[in-house]
Amino acid sequence: MAFVNSSEHESISNVGSRFIVLSLVVALVLNLLPLQGIALSLRPDCVALLVLYWSINQPQRVGMGASFIMGLMMDVGDASMFGQHALSYSVMSFIALLMHRRLRIFSIHKQIPQVALLLLSAQLVMLLTGILINANLPEWDFLLASVSGALLWPLLPTLVRIPQRRRPDSDAL
Amino acid sequence: METAPQFFRHGPGPLARLVFFALLSLLLMVMDTRFKYLPEIRQTISMVVNPLQRMAYLPAEIFDQVSGLFVSRSLVDEITHLRGQHLSDQGKLLELLALEAENVQLRNLLEMELRVEVESTTAEILYIPNDPFSRKVTLDKGSLSGTQLGQVVVDDVGVIGQITRIYPWMSEVTLITDKDHSVPVQLVRNGLRSMVSGIGEDGILELRYLAANADIQSGDLLVTSGIDGVYPPGLPVATVSKIESDAAYSFARITCIPAAGVSRNRQVLILSPLPPIPERPEEPVENIQEDKKRGKIGLR
Repeated sequence: MAFVNSSEHESISNVGSRFIVLSLVVALVLNLLPLQGIALSLRPDCVALLVLYWSINQPQRVGMGASFIMGLMMDVGDASMFGQHALSYSVMSFIALLMHRRLRIFSIHKQIPQVALLLLSAQLVMLLTGILINANLPEWDFLLASVSGALLWPLLPTLVRIPQRRRPDSDAL
Repeated sequence: METAPQFFRHGPGPLARLVFFALLSLLLMVMDTRFKYLPEIRQTISMVVNPLQRMAYLPAEIFDQVSGLFVSRSLVDEITHLRGQHLSDQGKLLELLALEAENVQLRNLLEMELRVEVESTTAEILYIPNDPFSRKVTLDKGSLSGTQLGQVVVDDVGVIGQITRIYPWMSEVTLITDKDHSVPVQLVRNGLRSMVSGIGEDGILELRYLAANADIQSGDLLVTSGIDGVYPPGLPVATVSKIESDAAYSFARITCIPAAGVSRNRQVLILSPLPPIPERPEEPVENIQEDKKRGKIGLR
């Protein structure tokens, strides 16, 4: 995949580029699950969450370019305006890139409110673009996705590491 | 703002990159909404996203299959219930056939165009996008199964929406509750014609620009009028639920509840497109010119 910088492999990390791509694809599938009603409004934006996780923990690999491309995929999957998710993910990734050193000082539980704000910033960008093109205004529970996403944040490192432990060799390339 | 030290940086700085991507996505948005330029790019990306969407749909399908194994007992009940329903429907159907024959005869007598028969194909709702800015659903039939842009989608009770975007394996339906969607309708009770539009909320439609003294009551059924050449006539769309007439405005504020709902069942019907409206017969050349003159005078 073009958006993972494999030339910068010397950076201090044991995470394979393939693994990052795989995790983003899984997040995309999770985002596309056919849900309805309250489950739909509570379902966190997994792609945003994963993009945020990687831009905080692997800022050399996943940056605004990857966020932009994931955003375009979400735009097609979600039938929204082309570029809306892309813009919001890029902005979120930008803020994450500025803050990633400071964020990593905190324990994972203390990161929750800041992650909530980051996810909220992405949603606010979507809201602004929605208002600009005069689309339907969403109901308030639209913002719940940020909260649920931030609450999932402490689980993310474990979830992401499970497949890595099982098959360390497949990532060696 | 703290960023990486100068000599660790790769390529342009984060702010420059942000500006680049922001401008790019703004450009895409403008092109998508104003000029509708991007179907090809969307199609290309959908080649990647559609299989993933199918994959995400698999658990629901497996759940259906597995729960299908356990419901054989309730199936017996359902079959008896459906048999009863079938009998009563059969009676109505016979009545309907007689009425149809009568209708054809009467129309022949009046020398009117025959009503067109509408064919339909079933499709399944694949996915309800989590996009709070529009009301859309995704169906599992695309251009490869012969679906076309603008086809009308209904469920067993009424109109759901219209196909507005097509991919090879899927299609997107804009629901009638979407803010930009309007359906030409007719009151069943007195034949009054109007337009019903969505306001972007689930379960609410609005009947705009009807005079405050228009003959309309709550509970009135609205069906498609068919004068647009897109929606076949006579499909239930909504029932009037509330009428507020304020003397300060010349139009009454009339809210309606849509008849069909996407949240009820997954199966929907895609209606075949109506035959194109016959073109206006050509008039002799002199008449057209006269018409133009008249039109100009009328404009002045």
